[in-house]
This record gives sequence, C-alpha cells and structure tokens, in this order.
Amino acid sequence: MTDPVLSIRNLTVDIPGRYGTVRPVDGVSYDIAAGEILGVVGESGAGKSMAGNAVIGLLNRPAFISGGEIWLNGQRIDQLRGDTMRRLRGKQIGMVFQDPLTSLNPLLQVGEQLTETMLTHLDISKAEAEKRAVAALDEVGIPGAAERLNSYPHEFSGGMRQRVVIALALCAEPSLVIADEPTTALDVSVQAQIISLLRKLCRERGTAVMLITHDMGVIAEAADRVAVMYAGRLAELGPVRDVITDPSHPYTHGLMASTPLASRGKARLHQIPGAMPRLDAIPEGCAFNPRCPHARDKCRHDPRPEMGASNAACWFPLVGAEVL
Amino acid sequence: MAQDPAVPPKPATPVDLPVRDPSRLQLFFEGDFFYAFKRSPVAIVSFAVTALLVLSAIFAPLLATTNPFDPASLNLMNGFTPPMEPNAFTGDSFWLGTDDQGRDVFSTILYGMRVSLFVGVAAVLFAMVLGITLGLISGYVGGWTDTIIMRTADVQLTFPSILVAMLIFGIAKGVTPVEYRDQMAIWVLILAIGLSDWVQFARVVRGATLVEKSKDYVAAARLIGRRPWAIMMKHILPNVLSPVLVIATISLALAIIAEATLSFLGVGAPPTQPSLGTLIRIGQGFLFSGEWWILFFPAVTLLTLALAVNLLGDWLRDALNPRLR
Repeated sequence: MTDPVLSIRNLTVDIPGRYGTVRPVDGVSYDIAAGEILGVVGESGAGKSMAGNAVIGLLNRPAFISGGEIWLNGQRIDQLRGDTMRRLRGKQIGMVFQDPLTSLNPLLQVGEQLTETMLTHLDISKAEAEKRAVAALDEVGIPGAAERLNSYPHEFSGGMRQRVVIALALCAEPSLVIADEPTTALDVSVQAQIISLLRKLCRERGTAVMLITHDMGVIAEAADRVAVMYAGRLAELGPVRDVITDPSHPYTHGLMASTPLASRGKARLHQIPGAMPRLDAIPEGCAFNPRCPHARDKCRHDPRPEMGASNAACWFPLVGAEVL
Repeated sequence: MAQDPAVPPKPATPVDLPVRDPSRLQLFFEGDFFYAFKRSPVAIVSFAVTALLVLSAIFAPLLATTNPFDPASLNLMNGFTPPMEPNAFTGDSFWLGTDDQGRDVFSTILYGMRVSLFVGVAAVLFAMVLGITLGLISGYVGGWTDTIIMRTADVQLTFPSILVAMLIFGIAKGVTPVEYRDQMAIWVLILAIGLSDWVQFARVVRGATLVEKSKDYVAAARLIGRRPWAIMMKHILPNVLSPVLVIATISLALAIIAEATLSFLGVGAPPTQPSLGTLIRIGQGFLFSGEWWILFFPAVTLLTLALAVNLLGDWLRDALNPRLR
C-alpha cells in the first residue's frame, strides 16, 4: 500500500478543567489513503469531531493535543505552530461543515469566497481564480455557475449551499477533506446526492476523506473503511462490509443490531443497555464493560484491550456474529 | 379557417425575457428598508428635519445674513434687538433678534450648529473606530485581552460620561500652550466626547463578534489560513455592523447634547467659535433681563436637532431589527 495521506498515531486530546482533566480522545490511531473514505462513527461525545478538529489544528481552548502524532503526507503536523501550520493546513486540508447555513459568510458572494480561498494558497491570478471558481461550482452541479458567482449564500437552498461548501473545500486542491456530519442538517432526499457527490469528486481527485457522522446509513453508502469510536477510544476499525455485516466488537454489534431495518419486520428494536459513560467517569478496563453482554472479569480489571489481529479493541472479539 | 382543436396552437417563438439586473439604487428603493421608511411618518418627518438642519449648517455661509465671526460686519449699536422689530438706534431689523454684541442670532445659530454637528459627528466617528477595534479584538482574541478591555470599559461606565469628558478636557487644557487653546478646543472636545463614548460600541461589537466567531464560516477562514486581522476585518466586521449603525445615530444625538453641555459649562467651544451650547450659555445670562430670544432660539434648535436625530435612530433600530418587523 502506498503511504497514507493522513496518519494518526495514538492521538490523545485533553481538556483540563476545574475538577480534573478529561480525555475526549484517548489513544486513537488510524490511516487514510489517497482516494479513500474513512467513516468515523460513534455516539455524541464519543470524540469523533474532537479528533477531526485536532487534525486541522482548530481545537478550541482549553482542549489540546496531549499525546500522539499526526502525519500528513509524510510530514508531522501536530507540533507545528503559527504560520507554518496555517499555511500547511489551509493548503492541504479542506473542510465540509455540518450546517451550510453558517459555514458560508452571509455577506460575501460565493464567488468571492471561492477566489479568496484559492488566492490564499494557489499561485494564480485573480482572473484564473475566477475561472476556476466557475469550474468548481459547475463541478458540484450548480446550474448557471458563471452567473451564480455573484449570488449571496441566502440565494441558495440548503442542499445547494452544501454543494457550494464542498466546492469551497475542494477548490484549493487539498489532499485531505474532513467532512464533519455534512448531511445532518439536510433533507433526507438531498443527503444521498451530497454524499455521492462528495464521494465522486474525491475518488476522481484522489482526495482522502475523513467522514465524521453518526448515521450508519451514510457510512454504509459512502465509506471504504469505518472507525467506530466509543468514549474517546477506537472500538473497531475495518473495511465497511466487515464491520457492518460481521462486527467483532460487542459495541459495534449492538449498534448494528439497533439500526432499524425494513427486513427486521415488527420485531422490537434491539437496544444497548445503559448510556455512554461521562468522560470523567470512564470505567476501569474496557470502557464498554458495564454495558457489554459478554463482559468477563478480565474486561473489568485488566488494562484496556488493544487493537489485535481482529479489527476490534476487545479481549474476546465476536466471531461470526451475523447481524444482517 | 377553422383550426383543428386537436392540434395545440403553435407556441409563440420564445422571446428572450429581458434580464432584470436591478442596480443597487433600484434594489434600495424596492427593498424592505425603504418600504418601512415610507410607511413611517415619524421616520419621514425626523429625516426631513435632520436633513434640513444639516443642510442649513453646511450651507451656513450662503444662508446667514451676516458672518458672526467677522468683527467688521458687527455693529455694537445693534445689540439686544428683539426679533422682528427694528432697532431703536439703527432701524435694522433681525428675524431672530441680536445678542449683546449685535450679532444676528439667526446667523450665529447656523454657524453654531455647524460646530455642534461637526463635533458630534467627529466624536461619534472617533468613538466608533475606537470601540469597533477594541470590541473586535476583545471578542475575537478573548482570554486576558478580553478581560482587560472589557473591565476597563466597565470601570469607565461607572463614571458619568460628562465627567469623563470634563476630566479629559481639563487634562488636555493643562498640557496645551495658552496660545493654541482656542484652536485646540474643538479637537479636544472631539477627543473628550469620543473617549467617553466608545464603551457601548465596544460592548455591542464584542457581543456580536462572539456570536459570529463561533460560526463555521469563521472556522473555514481560519482553516484556509487567513490571518486573524484579515478574518476580523473581512469576515466578522461586516457581519456585526448593523447594530453599530443604530448605536451611531443614537450616539450622535447624545454627542451633540454632550458637546452642548460641556460648552454650556464653559469647558467646550470658545466664544470666538460658538457652538449651540456656547450660545445657550451666553443667552442664559440675559434671560432674566428680558432678552429671552438670545437663549430661546439656540435652545429650540438644539432640542429639535437632538430630537430629530434621536427619533431617526430609534426608527432605524426598529427597521434593522428583524425580530421587530
């Protein structure tokens, strides 16, 4: 395999607070190769977005990266500061945000925002940037791209705006795009369009994508591999088909079993008992042990399990536990 | 020839609809803002009065019958002429009468309004620039910078602004040489009023900046590597400007009154360059001796000006507030 675009090793993020430090991201490792889409799933507060923000270096105080390494195209970026970091992440990372209502400046025409991004990072003339802006809008399927350059964000619908945001994320030709719940604020009917658009464009350009979401449907449709997060840790990491049809970690199994499917008929939906622990009260051993139907003494007392030969960070990975 | 009903009439050749590309001016006149203006009698009247007063201040040299700053045009014999009555000695008649030195009250009001408006506008601009800058920095940078700026603002708010202005005026007067004092008075006045007025701009801008800062487009701008200053000026500032516009109008009325107050107290515009406040101060000395017009007309002008600007600002606040529409 070629070198991955993004490589995260043992990433740890800490938030020091008045009552002690909490650790929203705890020893997470994964790679994303060029043209690959990695889906990152998990419940609210599992650390998905925190990990994403750590990569782009936009953690809000007081959160900070307290351990681990982040490599982007063979360069270590977690220790970069100031100007170097600014230039690098802007050039190489694009971002698609959750809410297209706020991710565009309401007072700037979309063309202006596109050219601003390009002029900051690419060594091109203003005219060239405008030409590329038209091409970028055209590519994300906005009709009459040349005229729409002068439109303000409020003149677009939600789905169209998210297309503009995608154009904006891709226009400076980044090697990595982080999409943080790009479809959450959209209509179901538009979600599929946006996801397939994102996938198509990134495949064509060989852009690596980190797709953060809590929607298993989106993951199943778009991702090549999935990283399942639980309480700040990786629970399972593997090819999307394996994880969905044959999960090894009991948490993933529980997640899959609780996805409503038409084929399940009227049977009562499965649910995982309990709730995800608060970050300041993560249990000893495996973080999932109090809710795990298969937990044994080893899970409760031994140090937490590492990712083994199976895809799961579990002492006793499930084998052949078909859910679909 | 009867047409076959089954055959639909041939569609007319598609005519290119004229592309409507309204100019900015046209957009303004067709917009909500102008519509709200047309519908509000208060807005129209206060706008008309403000415009009239501002224009007459600007064109004072053309409208005034005499130049009150030119000693050669004054005739001391004309002193204390009542309005619309011929003077007992010279037979000259003045619309609004004359003061003790024979200056035409109408002309002094026009020139005085010039000074008042100039000081008011300049002070508000100064306060605006200062307040917006500090508010933006305070909101965007946060942390200790924010604490220091906003606590300074809080401390300043605990003093009445007229007191702050008097303090600044006093200090400035102390450090300027005597021969420049009269020339400097206007600028010191602007500085003093501006410095006592920046707080509300800073507070409003900081609040709005905190809201805008958390929006994703600012994160996007940070991500593409724009410098903090560029983000503040290009992305945040335009988005926080509309409340500033409202405060600016209301502040303008307050600044005009503050200037008049300072001048009335004798720490403002000098008698050689009288503002409305100076005129009122001069006039109040003659109130009980019967020459009421020297006080009355400048006072009414000040009242009208302040009221009109205030009402306009009030209406602007309602018109620009989407929640009150």
